[in-house]
Amino acid sequence: MEANTNAAGARQVGTVVGDNIVVIRDLHYSRGHRKIFDGLNLEVPRGRVTAIMGPSGTGKTTLLRLITGQILPDQGSILVEGRDVAKMRRRELYQYRKRIGMLFQNGALLTDINVYENVAFPLREHTDLAERLIRHIVLTKLHAVGLRGAWQMMPSELSGGMARRVALARAIAMDPDLILYDEPFVGLDPISMGVIVRLIRRMNDALGLTSIVVSHDVDEISSIADRTYLISDGKVVASGSPEDLQENCSAVVMQFMNGMADGPVPFHYPAPDYDAQLLGRDG
Amino acid sequence: MTRILRDVWYSLQEWLQTFGACQLFLIRILAGCPAAFLRPRLIIKQVHDSGVLSLAIIGISGFFVGMVLSLQAYNSLTRFGATESIGVLAALALTRELGPVVTALLFAGRAGTALASEIGLMRATDQLSGMEMMAVDPVRRVVVPRFIGGVIAMPLLAAIFSAMGLFGAWLEGVVLLNVDEGAFWQQMQDQVDVFDDVLAGILKSFAFGVAASLLAVFEGYNSIPTAEGVSRATTRTVVLTALSVLVLNFMLTAVLIGEV
Amino acid sequence: MQQTRAVEFGTGLFVFLGIVALFFLTTRVTNFDSYEGEEGYTLTARFDNVGSLKLRAPVAMSGVKIGRVTSVVFDDEMLEAVVEMRIDSSYDKIPNDSDASILTQGILGGQYIGLEPGGSMDFFKDQDEIQFTQSALVLEKLISKYLFSQADKPEE
Repeated sequence: MEANTNAAGARQVGTVVGDNIVVIRDLHYSRGHRKIFDGLNLEVPRGRVTAIMGPSGTGKTTLLRLITGQILPDQGSILVEGRDVAKMRRRELYQYRKRIGMLFQNGALLTDINVYENVAFPLREHTDLAERLIRHIVLTKLHAVGLRGAWQMMPSELSGGMARRVALARAIAMDPDLILYDEPFVGLDPISMGVIVRLIRRMNDALGLTSIVVSHDVDEISSIADRTYLISDGKVVASGSPEDLQENCSAVVMQFMNGMADGPVPFHYPAPDYDAQLLGRDG
Repeated sequence: MTRILRDVWYSLQEWLQTFGACQLFLIRILAGCPAAFLRPRLIIKQVHDSGVLSLAIIGISGFFVGMVLSLQAYNSLTRFGATESIGVLAALALTRELGPVVTALLFAGRAGTALASEIGLMRATDQLSGMEMMAVDPVRRVVVPRFIGGVIAMPLLAAIFSAMGLFGAWLEGVVLLNVDEGAFWQQMQDQVDVFDDVLAGILKSFAFGVAASLLAVFEGYNSIPTAEGVSRATTRTVVLTALSVLVLNFMLTAVLIGEV
Repeated sequence: MQQTRAVEFGTGLFVFLGIVALFFLTTRVTNFDSYEGEEGYTLTARFDNVGSLKLRAPVAMSGVKIGRVTSVVFDDEMLEAVVEMRIDSSYDKIPNDSDASILTQGILGGQYIGLEPGGSMDFFKDQDEIQFTQSALVLEKLISKYLFSQADKPEE
């Protein structure tokens, strides 16, 4: 279960085993009649990159929204730094969110202000720092993602990869302890993808963050994650280092890791009998 | 028969639910209002977007409404030899009814749709969730300044509409149709009351400003985050604003006249 | 920065225009001046019928406005309407036997009180009552009947 084989992970020998920043126990959540989580258990070790993988529609993004308290679970607990997110009051929740950064699928930059103001946004909202200091912080963060030169651009002028990097700069503007990535590799060209992969790892190690990456890009994730959870049918079906998962022989894991069209996760969405429906005999 | 009754009951229920949600949203907005004035720049930006950008349509519409009022009144009154009364007629019509109502309808089309679609798109592109994740309340940061901006802009726009309308009435009546200028203004001043007419009109447009801005931000904020959802929110904004402005106008007029 | 300045300038201009429009509406279009400068004296007059005389209707002499109606009440003992009017203090030489009648501005205009000077050498003082009054109603009805030979007479 515990895996420390990743080269980058080896640098953090000092981390106490069992020091988990996020602990999820017996999580149940359903939307309408559909059960999305059915007794999910999960730990995120401090200072590591934890990947959460799974086929589309398994509620990976929902999990992030649960961790950040945007939605409440039906049952079970989500402990972050030992405190239950679901039981936080609104003010506490906002205090808690100041210490986490989140990268949305499309960046979610504010479209009416430029790159510089986007990165400065959380600083202006939460601090009374002098303009000179804000400028210093913003340029440092933009430099870290390699976009210091683009500070004047508007979000609409950015490519998908650049927007995501700006969003990353904004997510780390408040120096969070925990950073969440929602599908950071979707729809990127190989170069941008490589840049984001490197950034996630580098940010994590250089800033001493804890990262949770939700994704279904097996190869990219395998190259940076210290620990991987594979979710299917509302439960964790496998966990461990990427290597462990590659060697796992369970059918679901095999199908996912190797990208097979049919298997335990069926190719067909549940449907009535094909012949019967074509012949118009279904109800 | 029972099915029809049940359908009516369901749609009534749904309507009441929306209405209630709207009121709760208004309370949430009002709670955020005092703090919003600490950051006047955000409000100035919204007064600009709702007010300044609507200025052209409001001014030009007002001008032509005034012209046509004058022309119609002239044609009717000329039979009684009372053409000087076009001033009173235009002034009363503009300050009491047309100014507030037409401004609110134009506002719904120009600024209301812009507000609803802007907020709806922010929802659809995760900008609102993003703010929430940065521990910024999107209602306070995005909705409240837009609401206040609309409420400030509406009475000013209505006043500009009426003033432009009177200018149009004056141009048409006095300059083009040669109505006596002294009588035009004198009768107007004798019969238009500051409180009963002008102030009542301003009061109305203030109420319309609250209604129109609330509906726009409410529809935008609660839109379904898809292209279709945003377009539906925009349409609903115009339809609901027009309806509620007209209904509200009747109720307010009844109250204001009942008082006199 | 250039952009925010343009926004602020535009907004300032807009609010300024709005206030100018309001100012124009209150001062140029309405009887706003009748609310201020209440310097003057009060006269009362009793009428059988005041028609649709409204508060703040003008009081005029020879067509010149000299004051405003300040109250219209019904006296249920004398069964008459009592009208109070405020006359500008600069018109303090109105003979105290002048008579007041309720007249109509134009055909469709509002009603006002017209004072017709008498011959007395004494002048009206504060709280005086105008003795000679004339309700314009009979004349009004005649004119209406004559002009609009229609079944329903407009309420005027």
